This record gives sequence, C-alpha cells and structure tokens, in this order.
Amino acid sequence: MSYGPRPWIQLHWDTRAALNFILGGTGSGFILLAAFVPLAPPASRAALLLGLALVGGGLFSVWMEIGRKLRAIHVFFNPFTSWMTRESFVAVLLFSCGAAALAFDSQRLAAITAVVALGFVYCQGRILRASKGIPAWREPTITWLVFWTAVAEGAGLFLIFAAFTGAGTPASAGGTLVLAVVARAVAWSVYRRRVEADLVPKARAVLEPAGKQLYQLGAIVPLALVLAGGAIEAFTTAASVLAGIAALTTGWRFKFVLVVRASFNQGFALPRTPVRGGK
Amino acid sequence: MTRWVMIADLRRCVGCQTCTAACKHTNATPPEVQWRRVLDMEVGEYPEVKRVFVPVGCMHCADPPCMHVCPSTATRQRKDGIVTIDYDLCIGCAYCAVACPYQARYKTDKPSFAYGATPMENEAAAHDPKRLGVATKCTFCSDRVDAGLAKGLKPGLDPEATPACVNSCIAGALHFGDKEDPESNVSKLLAENEHFRMHEELGTDPGFYYLWDKAVKEGYKGGGGGQ
Repeated sequence: MSYGPRPWIQLHWDTRAALNFILGGTGSGFILLAAFVPLAPPASRAALLLGLALVGGGLFSVWMEIGRKLRAIHVFFNPFTSWMTRESFVAVLLFSCGAAALAFDSQRLAAITAVVALGFVYCQGRILRASKGIPAWREPTITWLVFWTAVAEGAGLFLIFAAFTGAGTPASAGGTLVLAVVARAVAWSVYRRRVEADLVPKARAVLEPAGKQLYQLGAIVPLALVLAGGAIEAFTTAASVLAGIAALTTGWRFKFVLVVRASFNQGFALPRTPVRGGK
Repeated sequence: MTRWVMIADLRRCVGCQTCTAACKHTNATPPEVQWRRVLDMEVGEYPEVKRVFVPVGCMHCADPPCMHVCPSTATRQRKDGIVTIDYDLCIGCAYCAVACPYQARYKTDKPSFAYGATPMENEAAAHDPKRLGVATKCTFCSDRVDAGLAKGLKPGLDPEATPACVNSCIAGALHFGDKEDPESNVSKLLAENEHFRMHEELGTDPGFYYLWDKAVKEGYKGGGGGQ
C-alpha cells in the first residue's frame, strides 16, 4: 500500500460550472419536448423561449467562472480537439436555429433546434469525459448518463410547464418522461458499475445517495405517479406535475453532486518504492 | 528530434524542498502555487514502513490531455515536447486543470504575496499581471533552455541551460536532458536504472521519470516500472 497526499476535491469548477450542466441539460431536454409535443401557439413559443433561456443561463453562469471574461471569444479557437469549443459552436447554432424558429414560427426549424439541443447535451457529456484528472468524470459512460439526465429533466419541466399553461398532460410528454427516467436509471447503473473501483470512498459516499435517488425518487416515483395519473383522471395533472418535479430535482441534485461534490482527483500513485543501499 | 524529459531518482531525493524554493524564486510564483513540489509519502505497513519523497509537477506529457481540452489553444506543445501556456490566449476556464491527472496546473485570480497585500521588493519586481486569472504551470524553464541552446550550451549539463529545480537539487536526484539522444545523461540513467512514470495507465506518455532501482541486468533498457 502506498499513499501520499490523498485525492482531494477539485476546486476549479464550482456551482457556477455545475449550473451550466444543470441549466444547459434541462434547457436542452425542454427544447426537445417543446419542439415535438404539440402545444397551443403562445405556449409553444414560450416553451421554446424558456428552453433557450435556460441554456443561456447556464452559459452565463459558467462565463461568470472564467478568469478572463473579456476573452471569452477565445473559447471558439480549438474545435479540432476541445469539446468545450464544440459546445460553444453548437450553442451558437442552437440559439440561431431557436431564434429563427421563433421569428418564423416554424415547426421545422423548431425540430432542427431540438436536434441541435441534443447535440449540445452530448458535448456537455464529452466535456466531462475528457477530464482525465477526475475519475468520476472520465468514465466513458458519463456521456449517456448526462444525456439521459438532461432528457428526463427536460421532460419533467415540460410536464410542469404544460400543467401551468393549461395544456394538461400531453401523452407524448408523459411517454418521454417514462422513457427518459428509465434510460437514466439504466445509465446510472452502468456508469456506477464501471466507475466504482476508480472512486475514492469520499466520492462514492456522496455520489451513491444522489445516484440512488435517480432510481427511487427519480424513476420509481415518477413511473408510479404517471400510472396513477392514468388510472385516476382527477389526479392526472397533479400526478404529472409531481412526476415532473421528481424527475427534475433528482437530476439537478445528481449533477450538482457529480460536478461539485464527487469531483475528487486521483492523487498520486507510487507503483514502486525506491531500493536504497547497495545490493 | 529532441524530447526534453526530467528524471527524479527516488533513492536520492531527501525531501529538502530546495527544488521547490528554487522554482518559486526563479518563476516568482505566488504563495499557494508550487510548480515544482515534493510529496512526502509514507509507504507500506508497520513495521515495514518507508518514507519516500516524490518530486511532482507538470509531466510535459507527449499526449497532454490539458492541450486537447483547451478551448483557446493557449496550451500548446513545442516540437521538443515542452507543454506551454500562452497567457494572452488563456481564458482561465480551468478545463486544463481538471483534465490534468497530475494536479500540476494552478489558477490565481487575485494577486497574493508572501506577507499579505503588500509585495516585497522582489515580488513587486517579478509580479506579472498576465498570470492572473489564467492557468499556470511548470515550464521546464523553457526560457533558460532556449537561451542556453542559443549560446551553444547543453541543457541538463550546463547549469545556465538547465531548469532551476535541477540545478538546485542538493542530492543530485533531479536530472534533465534529451531522451531522444541515446548518449544523453537521461538516456543513460534510464538505461541503467529501473523506472516508472506516474499514472502511465492513462496513456498520457509523461515526460517525467522516476528511478527506483538499478537495472536488473546489464544492458537493461528499462520501461514501465516492470522488472
């Protein structure tokens, strides 16, 4: 056994960076639903706008964290290898398509915006995966965990939005939520199995409860609520709102923990010890 | 081709931290920043316990994750393997810092000095506002290497062309040289000794080697910490 300074938590990316993953993910997932689930005209436009605002809020938050804010334009300089650059380009495309969809009130452009939004989330997953210094992030399956978490959050928020804008509970949104929370739970299960050995006990201790919530409050509860809402008509809207809140908050908590609390480095290893003295 | 690498002989390092002090003196890094530091590691179980001093810092990897993730192209790699940061390009996103498996990168947002807000004379003279809000790390004293080469000196052998930490090492534990030159000091050391590199399994191909024993047999070429 050998140990020096034990792994410690990285302090470079804090809540501001986590908010980019939280708001960016939720916004992107929400845009997906806003583009494909039919809503009445004012609400459909408002939904797309809200999705874009969430993504923008996340990017603003991470901009607040960088050391040289006025040089932010330099983020576009390395599309060849940097997923942060690629995320930025996709963000520009996302806002362009979104603005065009809003301006021309075009369903086709909204659909393109949704596809780009999924690309944005994929970039976010790859950003974490490329962080070789953090064992909890560099596991390749993190990409799909981040992806499905975003879709689940977006679907959750969409159900809440639909309820409060009088659209009730669109069946396709409920179906997307069911698919996403199940996929997210599966993605967590695969990720957890693969990353477990690489994590220090402290990282496991914080990640495990947040991950368990993706199963329980984040999957089982929403599924039960959707079923209950389907069976009892008077309860449908309330159930969908509660299911949405459960899917949304568990995703937010998980990503906050992943970025801020479980981001221990791997410390230093000494595979061999010096052989001192003559042989 | 040249590839500058550093070697730390773990059998010789006594943990005096002179290299750390020399680096700070040469590069005027702020109090909480140590581009070259020496870990004090305890190894083994009682009663077979050893204390090992391990110099660490930027490993100047051949395949540096910090460079790949850098969105601004501020982090680059010279042809001689030295990984550099352009302080005028860096946006201080710290992506490189979380991508580095060796915790070699620092970001200081505000000026800080050894005795509070007022810098000492030498600190004031060396203070570089360009290094605020951006990533910084060990440069392998590339300015010394370049200036030395321009004078026809040999880095690793001539102190004027050699990184400050290597020059300062009281135990002769730190070495610097061209790994691609089979006759260089570092090539000979690697051939004559068993060695490993930190976190080799991550595939970054670090340019920092640790010697831990004599080579098993004559002519042993070393590699990967295997025996």
